[in-house]
Amino acid sequence: MINSADTLFVLVSAALVMLMTPGLALFYGGMVRRKNVLSVLMQCFLALCLLSVQWMLFGYSLSFAPSNGFWGGFAWMGLNGVGMEPFADYSATIPHQAFMIFQCMFAVITPALIIGAFAERMKFSSFIVFTLLWATFVYAPICHWVWGSGGWLKQMGVLDFAGGIVVHTSAGIAALITAVVIGKRKGLEHIPSPHNLTFVAIGTGLLWFGWFGFNAGSALAVNGVAVNAFITTNMSAAAAGLCWAILEWIRNGKPTVFGIVTGSIAGLATITPGAGFVSPMSALAIGVLASIVCFIAVAIIKPKFNYDDSLDAFGVHGIGGILGTLLVGVFASKAINPAGADGLFLGNLHQLYVQLIGVGVVVLYTAVATWIIYKFIDIFWGVRVKETEEYIGLDLTQHRERAYTIIE
Amino acid sequence: MKLVIAIIQPHRLDHVKQELYNVEVNLITVSEVLGHGRQKGITEVYRGAKETGNLLRKIRLEIAVNDSFLNKTVKAIIKGAKTGATGDGKIFVMDLQECIRIRTEETGSVAIG
Repeated sequence: MINSADTLFVLVSAALVMLMTPGLALFYGGMVRRKNVLSVLMQCFLALCLLSVQWMLFGYSLSFAPSNGFWGGFAWMGLNGVGMEPFADYSATIPHQAFMIFQCMFAVITPALIIGAFAERMKFSSFIVFTLLWATFVYAPICHWVWGSGGWLKQMGVLDFAGGIVVHTSAGIAALITAVVIGKRKGLEHIPSPHNLTFVAIGTGLLWFGWFGFNAGSALAVNGVAVNAFITTNMSAAAAGLCWAILEWIRNGKPTVFGIVTGSIAGLATITPGAGFVSPMSALAIGVLASIVCFIAVAIIKPKFNYDDSLDAFGVHGIGGILGTLLVGVFASKAINPAGADGLFLGNLHQLYVQLIGVGVVVLYTAVATWIIYKFIDIFWGVRVKETEEYIGLDLTQHRERAYTIIE
Repeated sequence: MKLVIAIIQPHRLDHVKQELYNVEVNLITVSEVLGHGRQKGITEVYRGAKETGNLLRKIRLEIAVNDSFLNKTVKAIIKGAKTGATGDGKIFVMDLQECIRIRTEETGSVAIG
């Protein structure tokens, strides 16, 4: 039975999640040097265009069609059999196509998150191939395991409300792998300051705004779980932003804009898997933990290792996603969502164990599959731009455009 | 007193700064400029329309030195900026008539360092 309020809610949520990819473009675009800002915007928009098409043609089928526990198969290719009738395994109150388009936006932003790791040095043509292969061979199967009808991690009881595993863990681990294999950026004798922090702040605003659709929308209905997810999302982001600013204040003497927005994003990524399973008070705790753990990862641990995750896609999304998924096993409560489970604090150690298995499997699979895809592209096309192109910048060498003029 | 003006590749700035620092030349002015030498410009596209021969980004350094510092300043710039490729830039050296430190109104060699 189709409920028009639920359908409206999911469609609006899909539009909100769509806005997150351009938001991410600004968030990342502001962080790079100005000779590369357009290349980042271009990669984000390319992901939006390419993966929308991929999703409708076969991505949705591979991810969500009910075939077996490991992948969806080809039954729903080209939206064959995906109509206006609800598909009860996913939601009994909205048209199946509404669910499809909502999920489409998740499939778009996940590969776009990885851009932060290899920003400023990947060849655009290779980026296209990488994105397409990664969405097909990494995102689709993981999505099926965790969310798909009959997915094996879902059967095992792994809880991931809106994408802590499917989106943030997978993208974060892929970011780590690509950052390590592609190598450091050239010409970085000192840490480059973000070329436009205003963009980073606007991008964060758009991401936070869109995240309400991402998390609350994942309830797929206008109900208490959606309201709870809306609140936990905001509170985790707020607590994490606040906490990051305080950490900086104590450690470096001044709180920064870059810090407060990075903290907020860490809080948003970390609450994602638990948004519909934990209470608002738990969300505050999750936000604070997200901030502390990601701060340590980005500001203290990362500089000790010799890899260049340019925009901290791993340090914020990967670490946040993994932490948040484990914290579901700690803070989850059936009083919030009867479809969920009780966590460690309610005496159920088993859920934490299940979450650990879920994250572990996805980390392992993503790492191996991403490495294979990267090497495959590197052998046939080469992943990295030439050194001189890197010095001149990707905007001019990959797109023949420049973002800013000095003299008209 | 001499005034040294150097036009270099943007990505060599950090190296040049380091080389100058090594020979204790610390007072420099840096600006971003556009230039066109033998190096070819880059083709740009505006909504499908191509345009070639645009000017390239360069960095311009201005350094005022006492005569005894001239040689090592020039050597340091070369050491930091040279890659061997077209577009490495140029160094211009000229006589400097006068130098005045605004704060103290000192003039000449004292004011430079």
